[in-house]
Amino acid sequence: MSGKTVYDKLWESHLVKQRDDGTALIYIDRQLIHEVTSPQAFEGLRLTGRKPWRADANLATPDHNIPTTKAERSRGLDGIVDPVSRIQVRTLADNCREFGITELDMDDIRQGIVHVVGPEQGATLPGMTIVCGDSHTSTHGALGALAHGIGTSEVEHVMATQCLIQKKMKNMLIRVDGKLNPGVTAKDIVLAIIGEIGTAGGTGYTIEFGGEAIRSLSMEGRMTVCNMAIEAGARAGLIAVDQTTIDYIKGRPMAPQGEMFNKAAEFWKTLISDADAHFDRVVVLDAADIIPQVTWGTSPEMVAPVTGFVPDPDQEKDPSRADNIRQALKYMGLKPGTAIKDIQLDVVFIGSCTNSRIEDLRAAAAVVKGRKVASTIQLAMVVPGSGLVKQQAEAEGLDKIFTEAGLEWREPGCSMCLAMNADQLPAGKHCASTSNRNFEGRQGFGGRTHLVSPAMAAAAAIHGHFVDVRDILLDTTRA
Amino acid sequence: MKAFTVHTGVAMPLDRANVDTDFIIPKQFLKSIKRSGFGINLFDEHRYLDKGEPDADNSKRPLNKDFVLNQPRYKGASVLLARENFGCGSSREHAPWALDDYGFRVLIAPSYADIFFNNCFKNGILPVVLDKEVVDALFKEVNAAEGYTLTVDLPAQSITRPDGSVIYFEVDAFRKHCLLNGLDDIGLTLEDADAIKAFEKQWREKSPWYFTAA
Ligand code: SF4
Repeated sequence: MSGKTVYDKLWESHLVKQRDDGTALIYIDRQLIHEVTSPQAFEGLRLTGRKPWRADANLATPDHNIPTTKAERSRGLDGIVDPVSRIQVRTLADNCREFGITELDMDDIRQGIVHVVGPEQGATLPGMTIVCGDSHTSTHGALGALAHGIGTSEVEHVMATQCLIQKKMKNMLIRVDGKLNPGVTAKDIVLAIIGEIGTAGGTGYTIEFGGEAIRSLSMEGRMTVCNMAIEAGARAGLIAVDQTTIDYIKGRPMAPQGEMFNKAAEFWKTLISDADAHFDRVVVLDAADIIPQVTWGTSPEMVAPVTGFVPDPDQEKDPSRADNIRQALKYMGLKPGTAIKDIQLDVVFIGSCTNSRIEDLRAAAAVVKGRKVASTIQLAMVVPGSGLVKQQAEAEGLDKIFTEAGLEWREPGCSMCLAMNADQLPAGKHCASTSNRNFEGRQGFGGRTHLVSPAMAAAAAIHGHFVDVRDILLDTTRA
Repeated sequence: MKAFTVHTGVAMPLDRANVDTDFIIPKQFLKSIKRSGFGINLFDEHRYLDKGEPDADNSKRPLNKDFVLNQPRYKGASVLLARENFGCGSSREHAPWALDDYGFRVLIAPSYADIFFNNCFKNGILPVVLDKEVVDALFKEVNAAEGYTLTVDLPAQSITRPDGSVIYFEVDAFRKHCLLNGLDDIGLTLEDADAIKAFEKQWREKSPWYFTAA
């Protein structure tokens, strides 16, 4: 008998019933809710006369639709200009009230992107099963939880039954050995991983991220990595619990306190993969080989090191891959062989559930401090992940650093990550973005997205094109 | 949920890998609080030449004549032939809602993204997985013959081509059962309410820290 992976342990501890047909009922400890994927689920409950199984297991906050300018935000819910967005945000509030679910509403300092808010509030805990009608729920796996995105029918199912019908996934281990080079961040790790295994590489798996480089990351960095597990095709990504995890949780408002915390922590420490655990697939990367990454195409796997070049489809042997490259380059308006550093930018977006936590903002601020955004950049914006991140950043003076450099400092929300609100990337414009998806139209109709780390985005804002942030950080000539 | 047994319909090829859910239904239509009405905006960014808005009169918008959905020969198509990793990206169930609302009942592809695959079954859409070579062959055939029609038989797990030849496919037993009978998952799960309560009780005793109110 081989040992168990973290995923095996989480699965077994939540197994309500194994059915003969291979499916299983899995108990869900926490459901996070936002305004976009929940209205039809609440409506389903109403139509069938069902009640939430455990209202207190749910936590809601609006994020996708809400405005991020101070002017619009200060007018509250009724002040949301887009009437369709306003209805959706109001519907969330009404539904939460009707069904007895706690909502951190748009005027609450704790409001923010659901995947930033969950861990920040201690609503996300190690050993939990966590779902949300949002694919980036994989983020919460960074705390040693089993967390994944679900569809709206499943949101309703979890509300009504506290369970999900699941089939067990396979286990994949992605180990990043050794130490990261200075200037290389969690975002670069995960983009390099996706470049390696592809956007469907993790389909059917739960990915555990391990190895020295992952262990050395802060919780923020770990969340960045797990956030993008879904971009590698895996519904869930996770990282074993260690002292970093436990220290992060201590004192969070919704986390257990005092003696109960100590007991819980004892249990959480068992959430590591056994030495003899079996993984169906193991991928190993050397941290020393990873340098800052930039996507050039319309899928996160279309990525290159900042020192690299846009590929030439004529050099690609596989005809369908060559076609994909051609389609992507056409959309992106890029020529084969262009140096990544020669890609000119129009917009810079620092934010999203991938990179809007305090550490991300500090990294970006460190780069722009005392510098000015290039005159060719039409819009550079920083959107903190939650009201509390914003507050913290302001306490540290980061907002001043950004605004003095010429970046806009906004209110928390998803913003230009998916452009459901007014923050949209104009057609044909190139954007250095710290978000997670560079699909066609993702940040706005016809917009061209390049995914990068916060430090790389900040450096791009200063120069108007991509630069190797390591050169800037090594530049000791400035005060 | 509506039941699925046997379906016969015209096939439409979408020759593109990694079609994501933003491609299937762009984000601006996700602001709706309803479950229906998304069909008119299926593949919106490719189907129309301008940017779609939730309240727009779609009949007035310029069509992209090159896009497969707008070609007269695929009018009324209800079987979608697709490439690998179909439905990747966002978990939005609006993607299967839009496909269904437009009239697609069956999808055929070498592979799908997990969440999307799951969402299809919840909405009475059958996503069939076939080997890449078989899908390649179907693409060739559908391109060659106008009005190319397939019959998809879920009980028999078979697809019959116009020439009468048959392809068999695999489908998960539980999902097949639910789809055939149009079963509501929630009702089924609630039949196990006692097991859920028993689980919850022991879990609460063992790990009370997960039961502090949000
Ligand atoms: S920040 Fe972007 S990826 Fe994250 S939840 Fe919001 S829209 Fe989704």
